[in-house]
This record gives sequence, C-alpha cells and structure tokens, in this order.
Amino acid sequence: MSARALARPGLKFNAVFGVTVTALLILLAVAGPWMAPYDPLKLDLPARLSGPSAAHLLGADEFGRDVLSRLASGARTSAWIAFATVIFALVAGTVFGVLAGFLRGWTDRLIMMVNDAFLAFPGLLLALGLMAVIGASRDGIIVALGLAYMPIVVRVVRAAVMSIREREYVEASRVMGNSEFITMARHVLPNCVAPIIVLATTMFGWIILSESALSFLGLGVPPPAPSWGNMLSTARPYISQAPHLIILPGLCISITLLGINMLGDALRDWLDPKM
Amino acid sequence: MVRFILTRLASAVPTLILVSVAVFVMMRFIPGDPAALMLGDLAKPGQVEAMRRQMGLDQPLAVQYLIWIGNVLTGDFGHSIANGQKVLPLILDRFAVSSVIVLLAVLVASAIAVPAGMLAAWKQDSLGDIGVVATSTILLSIPSFWLGLMLMMIFGLYLGWLPIVGYVPFSKDFGHAALYVILPVVTLVLVESGPIARMARASAIEVSRLEYITHARAKGLSESAVIWRHAFKNAFAPTLTLIGFVLGSLLAGIAVIETVFTIPGLGRLLVDAIYARDYPVVQGTMLFVAFIYVVVNLIVDMVYPLLDPRVTA
Amino acid sequence: MLSVRNLSISVGPAGKRVVDDLSFDLASGDMLALVGESGSGKTMAARSVLALLPPPLVTTPDSAILFDGQNLARLAPQGLRAIRGAEIGMVFQEPMVSLNPAITIGEQMAEGLRLHRRMARAEIRDRSLAMLERIRIKDPGKCLAAYPHEFSGGMRQRIMLASVMLLKPRLLIADEPTTALDTLVQRDVLDLMVELTRENGTAVLLISHDLGMVSHYVRDVVVMREGKAVEQGNSTEVLHAPRHEYTRRLVDALPKRSAGGSRGTVSGEPLVEISDVVIDYPGRRRLFARTEPKRAVDGVDLTIRRGETLALVGASGSGKTTLGRAIVGLIKPSSGTISFLGKTIANNGGADARALRRDMQIVFQDPYSSLDPRQRIADIVAEPLKLDAGMDRRQRTARVEDIFEEVGLTRELLQRFPHQLSGGQRQRVAIARAIARRPAFVVADEPVSALDMTVQKQILLLIRSLQARYGFACLFVSHDLGAVEQVADRVAVMQDGRIVEIGDRDAVFDNPRHAYTRSLLDAAMLIDRRFAGSADARRAAAQ
Repeated sequence: MSARALARPGLKFNAVFGVTVTALLILLAVAGPWMAPYDPLKLDLPARLSGPSAAHLLGADEFGRDVLSRLASGARTSAWIAFATVIFALVAGTVFGVLAGFLRGWTDRLIMMVNDAFLAFPGLLLALGLMAVIGASRDGIIVALGLAYMPIVVRVVRAAVMSIREREYVEASRVMGNSEFITMARHVLPNCVAPIIVLATTMFGWIILSESALSFLGLGVPPPAPSWGNMLSTARPYISQAPHLIILPGLCISITLLGINMLGDALRDWLDPKM
Repeated sequence: MVRFILTRLASAVPTLILVSVAVFVMMRFIPGDPAALMLGDLAKPGQVEAMRRQMGLDQPLAVQYLIWIGNVLTGDFGHSIANGQKVLPLILDRFAVSSVIVLLAVLVASAIAVPAGMLAAWKQDSLGDIGVVATSTILLSIPSFWLGLMLMMIFGLYLGWLPIVGYVPFSKDFGHAALYVILPVVTLVLVESGPIARMARASAIEVSRLEYITHARAKGLSESAVIWRHAFKNAFAPTLTLIGFVLGSLLAGIAVIETVFTIPGLGRLLVDAIYARDYPVVQGTMLFVAFIYVVVNLIVDMVYPLLDPRVTA
Repeated sequence: MLSVRNLSISVGPAGKRVVDDLSFDLASGDMLALVGESGSGKTMAARSVLALLPPPLVTTPDSAILFDGQNLARLAPQGLRAIRGAEIGMVFQEPMVSLNPAITIGEQMAEGLRLHRRMARAEIRDRSLAMLERIRIKDPGKCLAAYPHEFSGGMRQRIMLASVMLLKPRLLIADEPTTALDTLVQRDVLDLMVELTRENGTAVLLISHDLGMVSHYVRDVVVMREGKAVEQGNSTEVLHAPRHEYTRRLVDALPKRSAGGSRGTVSGEPLVEISDVVIDYPGRRRLFARTEPKRAVDGVDLTIRRGETLALVGASGSGKTTLGRAIVGLIKPSSGTISFLGKTIANNGGADARALRRDMQIVFQDPYSSLDPRQRIADIVAEPLKLDAGMDRRQRTARVEDIFEEVGLTRELLQRFPHQLSGGQRQRVAIARAIARRPAFVVADEPVSALDMTVQKQILLLIRSLQARYGFACLFVSHDLGAVEQVADRVAVMQDGRIVEIGDRDAVFDNPRHAYTRSLLDAAMLIDRRFAGSADARRAAAQ
C-alpha cells in the first residue's frame, strides 16, 4: 500500500521539498554561527537600515546589525524552541495519554477532566496567559507552549491507545497469557508510534508559528537576541524605509512552515495510506 | 433531539467551571502583589495591607475563588488596575471591534474555501485540484502577521489604495469603517482559507468514495445533484467543526493582526494588560474568550445533527 | 434485452485488465448470476453496465453493452442518466453505507420518482407508502420521516430494494445484496427481491460469490475468475457437472457434510464446563441519556469434551461470540462459573489464571486485524512460546518452522509482515500461533467467514487435520451452517443468549427439534438441500 502511495507525484514532491527544507533548517540551526558573516548583536550604526550590499548581503537593521547573521541566529532560536517544546509536550502528553488509556477508570476521568479544561482555551490564549505568569524568556516560551500543546498530545495518544487496545491482535496477546504490561509494551505502544510521529511533525510547525507570533507581540524571545518574530516586530516602524527588514524574516518563517507542513503530509500519506 | 441538546448544554457546565478555576489559579501565579501594583511605587506598607484586605487577598484561595466567581456571575469582572475602568464594559467594547473582523473573515473564508475544497476533491488529481492543494498549503504556512504587513506594504504604502493603520467604528461612519477593516479581514480570510479548504477537500474525498454516492449516481441524478444533495451535507460536517474551532481560536489569535494594523480589539487589550500586569483585565479577558470559545463549540455541536443525524443516537 | 459483448475493463486506457472479454445475454424478465470470488471482476462488470466504474477503471473501446439495442458503453452522460434508475436499477452490498445517512428515507425514495416520473408530491408519497407496506415495514408513515441509522441492516436492504423497485425498472442489478446479512434475513431479502421483480417483470443481474445460494434462485450463471468467464450455463448443470477445472474447485468448496459422520460420541472426558453463565453488558446512565443494560448471554450450561469440535451457531447478537470470548477470559461473566480441566477460571487476570489460560487459545474472524501489523510472521508465531521458560531461542525457531510446515505455509513467509500475505495465509498464521503451544482447547470465532469460498474450504480442512493430529478440542463459533456442517461433531444453537438446542451434528441437521433451528436450516442455502425446494416451490408450499 505504501508503495502505491509513494508512486503519487504529489507525495514525492511533498517529501523531497519537506525533507530539504527541514534539513536546511537543522543545518542553519547547528552550523549557523560559523556560517554567518557577523555576530548577530554587533552594531554598525553607519549601515543603519541599509539594503543588501557587499558588506551586508541582506542589508542591516535599525541598529546596523547584519540581517543575514540575525536570520541565521533566529533559525537557531526557533528550531531549538520548537524542538524542545515538541519533546516536552510529547513526553508529558504521552505519559498522561498512556496512563489514561491504559489504566482507564478514575485515572482516565481525572486526567481527561483537567485535559478538557485546558483544551477549552484556544491554543494561543493559553500560551499568552502562561507567558503572563512565567514572563517573556526563551525557556518561558518552551514551558508555555509545551503546556499549551500538551493537551492535544494527551488526546491523540489516549485515542490511539484506546482504539488499539480493542484490536484483535491485542486480545490475542492477552489470551496467549501475556501480562497487561507486556501486551502494552509489545503490541499497543509500537502501534501508537505512527500517529505520534505525524502529530510531532505537525506540532513542530505550529510551535514555530506560535513562537514567532508571541515574539512579534513582544511576549516571546526578548530582544536584543534575534528571533524571526521579534525581528518583524522591531522592524515594523521602518516598514516604508526598509522593507527588506519585513520581507526577509517572514519569508524565512513561511518557507520553514511550508517545508514542515509538506513533510507532515508526506509522512501521513506514507504511514497512513487511508488519508 | 431535545435530550441531545440538554445533554450537550449540561456537559458544558463542568468545562466552564474548570476553565474558571484554571484562569483563577493562573492569575494567582503571576509574580507581584496586585495590591502593591494597584497602589504604585509610593505606597506605604500599611496601605498595602489595607488594600489587600479590601481586595479580599487575605482570605483563603478557595474563598477568594468563590467571591470572584460570584462577582463574575453577576457581571462584575472587577476594575482595571491601570485606569480604574470597569473590566466587563471594557471587554465588551473591544469584543465588538474584534468580533466584526473575525466573523466577517471566517464567513468569507468559508464561503470561498469550502466550495473550492469540495470541487477540488471531486476532480481529484486534476490541475484545478493540484492548484487548490498547493495554494491552501502555501496559505497555511504564511504567518498572518507577516501577510498583514506585506498587504499593508503593497496596498497601503505603494499603491496607496487603503488606509494603513487605525480603526473607525461601524456605528460612526460605515463607509470609512469598511475601508479600515478591508486589509485585516482580507489577511485573515487568506490565512484561514488554507486549513478550511484542506479539511473540506479531505472529507469530500472520503465521502466521494462511499457507496451511497455511487447509489445516487445509479439513480440517474446529475453530477451536481449528487454533489450538492448527497455529498455536501456529509462532507461539510467535519469542516463545520473546524470552522467553529477557527472562529474561537481567532478571538485570541487576532491579537497579532490588531497589532499589525493598530486596531483597538480584544486581543490587543489582553496583550497590553499582560504588559501592564493589569491582572483583573487579563483574568477577565481570558475567561471571556474561553467562554466564547466554549459557546461557539457548543453551537457547532448543536448544529451538527442537522448535517449528520447519527450523532443524536 | 441486455446483451454484453466482449466487455473488457482495464486500469486506465492501457493498464491491466480486470475484466477480459466477457459476453453474456439476459432476456426480459429473466435472472442471470455472475459468480466469482474476490478479484474475479464480477462487481466491476456489473458496474460497467451503468458506467459506474470507479476511476481509473475504464471499459475498452471495443466493448459493447447493448440494452434494447442501445450501446450503453458509448452513451453520453445525459443519455445514461435517463436510463439509470428509470430503466436499470441497482442495489448495493453494504446496507450500512449505501443509504445516505443525512437524508430521510422518504426523501431518498422520492428522489428517483421525482427525477424520472414527474409526479406530484402527494402521489410520490402515496406510492412510497404503498411500497413500504408492500415490503411489510411497520408504520410506513413514520419510516418515511426516519433516517437510515434507525434501521437494522436487513431493514435497510429491504428499504433500498423498495426505493429501487418503486420505479419499476426493466433490469435490476443486485451486487451481493445479502452478503452482509444474517442467514435468516438473507433468505428474507432474496425472497422479497424475487417477488418484487416477478411482479414487475423486471430482469435481474445478480452478483454473488455464493454458487450454492445462486443455484437456489437463478437458472443461468456465468462463473468468473480473474476477469474471465470460465464457464456459463444452467446453474444445476454447472453445479452437478462442472466442466472447467476452476468451477470444479468452486463446487467442491461448497459446504457439504464431511464423510464418516461426526466423532461427537467418541470422546468422553469433559474439558470445559460452563454452568449457568450470565453475561450482561452494563448500561450507562448520564444526566439526560441512558443506555439500557443488555443481557448477551442468559444462563448457559455447556460442556465441551476433550478432542471434540462443538459448533456454536446463531445469528448476530445471539451471544455466541460473547460466550466464546468469556471462555478464554476476554470477558468476565456477570455470574456463573467456567471451569477448565476441573479448575474454575478466576477472572482476576492474575498469573495463576494466565497460566491456566495458556492451555487455551483463540482464532479470530478477521485475519487482517488479528495479527500485529508491526511484527514479522516469525515473531508472531513464536510469541506464545516465549512464555515457556524451558525453551531457548533455537528450540523456538525449530518449533516455529515445524508448525509453519504443518499449517501449509512456506518458510519464505516467515520474515514477512502481515500485510504482505493474503487473507488465507494470514488465517493460517493465526492458526499456527494458536496451536504453537499445543493447547488442549481452541476457540475459533468465525474463522472462515471473511475468506473466499475456496480458501474457506482449505482452512476448514486444515483445522480438522490439525485436530486429528494434536487432539485439541475446538469451540467453533459461526453463523454459517455450511461451515459448521463440515467440521462439527456436536452443534449448539444459540438464540437471544440462550442455547435452544444441542446435540450430535447429524441429529441436529437431520432432525432439528427446536423451531428456531428448523428456520435456520431452512434459510441456509445448503447444497444438500438443493432439491428441497426452489424459491417457487417454497412459496407454493407456504400458501
């Protein structure tokens, strides 16, 4: 079945584009500091708001800082935040989701009650509220976004566990004489991995978007450290003088999200040919 | 049917209670003493104590919660620390601004994206389908605030067709007001069309493979009758849920658009209140938005049986 | 009236052919059946008549489908739409998905009339009501306003039949119309179909996998295999003197009573003893809604002896599957005891109960969902052996290879994943897993009903030969009397949670005592009963 899905031209393009962009993002995040021509915080006031030139390939910002270097550094920030947040939401969410789906009864009801209360907030609202509590900082965003997205993971994992534990191969394992724990570890969890991977990919995109939105609102990565979102925010007053300061960070976010979304589509088609 | 509606209504009550508890608890974790904040830097220690007592902050948390929720239920959301205004009228004022933009945007986006997604599904793998899929995937990947800035740059700065920033209430000058909301609405329409079109397409494809669609064709119905009479309702049901979700999420998500276009809406109120540590406003706004979100989802749930009568069983 | 000439259907204009050069004729008012197993192309051939092929399937240019001399394969869409529904009606297999869940029954019935017959609203309603009454639906007025999900599968199939026959088409295409239904309901719907089409002089093109059933109703058959017609002719002749080698296999696969009689009385010692078992599915109470508790098994006593095959027969919802699952410990009985080898099975899931349960195994109905998709076949079969501390890796591998041979699978398959195997192969793997530890008792829950006829036969033979070799007892849960007749030593008939009749196979099949057993047997289209009565004869007898 996956062979047939792979033969579809759209999927191939999705996969190639998605993997390429994601790989570039990771490369930029890891090797950015060595590749960038300047320190992202270094001021060069004479070059203030200048467009692309030989000295500053992508121009300079309102303090004359090199835009290319700041974009590279922003990639590192965004990728790190998204990665850490996904891991945080995934680990915590999976633990609660598995507990709820596995133990059922009161544990399930309690976990789902709290979870549903969190889900009753639109995602960004919860993140904003949590940022108000934690305060704007890089680690603060990770905690806030992680907590905001965790309920979705709990829901997906629990649903997967609940549906898989009713399958006949799981019943066969019980009849065989395997303990509940072995049945869970050997047959239920491995079959939950596919939906979790797809969710993790999609979530990576959401988090990059949310982080840039928070930073744009001034409640995310605090300046002067560059992030794509706060670069847009600080450049807004100079929209008519230096449009490149607006265009470039947004383009970075859009291309990254496009790549991750396409990777997510390709993964979904590949792991779940039904869609 | 009546029983279904009652069950759904009843199920929203515990959710709302939990939401209010969550908001309350969150606000108690905000660093800083609200009483001290309210009095400003020049307060004497004794004054702070008195203020705390006056605000009920010396009571146990549970009591504080009950007092607060009791006030909320009578419409008293407290007073803003920053300017002493009553919180509820403040929220409702701002909500009037945001809700117009959000409703307009979601309606227009649905009107465009739902038919586009369904037609794409019906002509799966055609050029039109590939076009819809590509466009919606790209739109899905563009942050709304950047798209807003770009549109502002093009239509406001270079072409000069539309005002760049600001807001005029519809009640004051309708024509002028419309001019000001065009760019924010268009931005949101574009951004939200992406997920809606994709969802509409995915569910229409699922429905188009079902036997009753072939059955409808076997009756001799024309292709358009098959689509609109037999496929639309069933395929639209999951999309409706998504539209409700988008509508609710936008009430908070619109903060970024209001920042781009300097619109005094609900989202901006929340963000400014967070900056100012104006916790009664933060608390009130969060509760209000979550409440609206729950209500919107509740309405969607109640409309759903009209599209798919199976859920009431 | 319908004359199909050189019909070929390919995947895309140049792709693989799923139907290859098929020709047949159907006269006005006659019945013809296309018979074949999955992949034979019978359904696609039928769909092509109304140009309802799912893309990318297309009919080849030289195909001709002549309906009253008009070539439907060449007709423009408008012309086709005038014929669909009005002249040629179609009934589908799955009643659960072939009526639109979002539209009322009345609306769906009216649609065809409004489109093709231009009738007034009131007249459409009158006709619909009359038709619903004709098919013996209670309270037709209420039915018109109801939605499909409010009816059972059999009812939906009758309603679909009624809505199609409302237009009195000249040809009815029925695509496996009763495959998804219980035996009793199946007979009912088929009889109704024959009645309605007779009354209106409608010809029928019946698509089926069941040669036995077809021979009860239809005179002319076309046997298809991999897109080609391998044999056509009179159904009785095809059945009794098949000319083609494949038809012969198909006829052989039809359920016939195994020679040599049952072995029911041979063995003696009780292995599983069930006494007064009651199983309730609890209802749920919520604020404004409430689901009633349902009693699935209602005071059953049953003894299964060492080495025998006891068949548990009943319609869906009779509680037979629930009882089978309770014995292997998947469901806890509400009251009563189940004992195995003289020991009561505690349902607390403790290690003790687990050890006891290792001597019993289960084979499920659907071989697609009973094997873990992420495990290799070798690991699936070896898994029960891992619980045996006395076995090392090498011994396990050797045992797996032995079993594999015994269930008739080649070793290359060991390293594959379940989705790379056919349905029959998967069911063999499931059986291999069940017998790996040499259990004393196996529950087989509808083990063949998801498989093709010829594969069913092989699996039934396999179960029987393995039993002869290892002497395990088997509880064979099935709704299919044909399959039961082939493997059972004793038969227990279940209805509404109770066992209404139990006895040796031959006694139950030849001299059923309970009325329900008799009606089940009457409805089952067993080949031995071929001459007990065609549909006409039965109807004549009833009057």
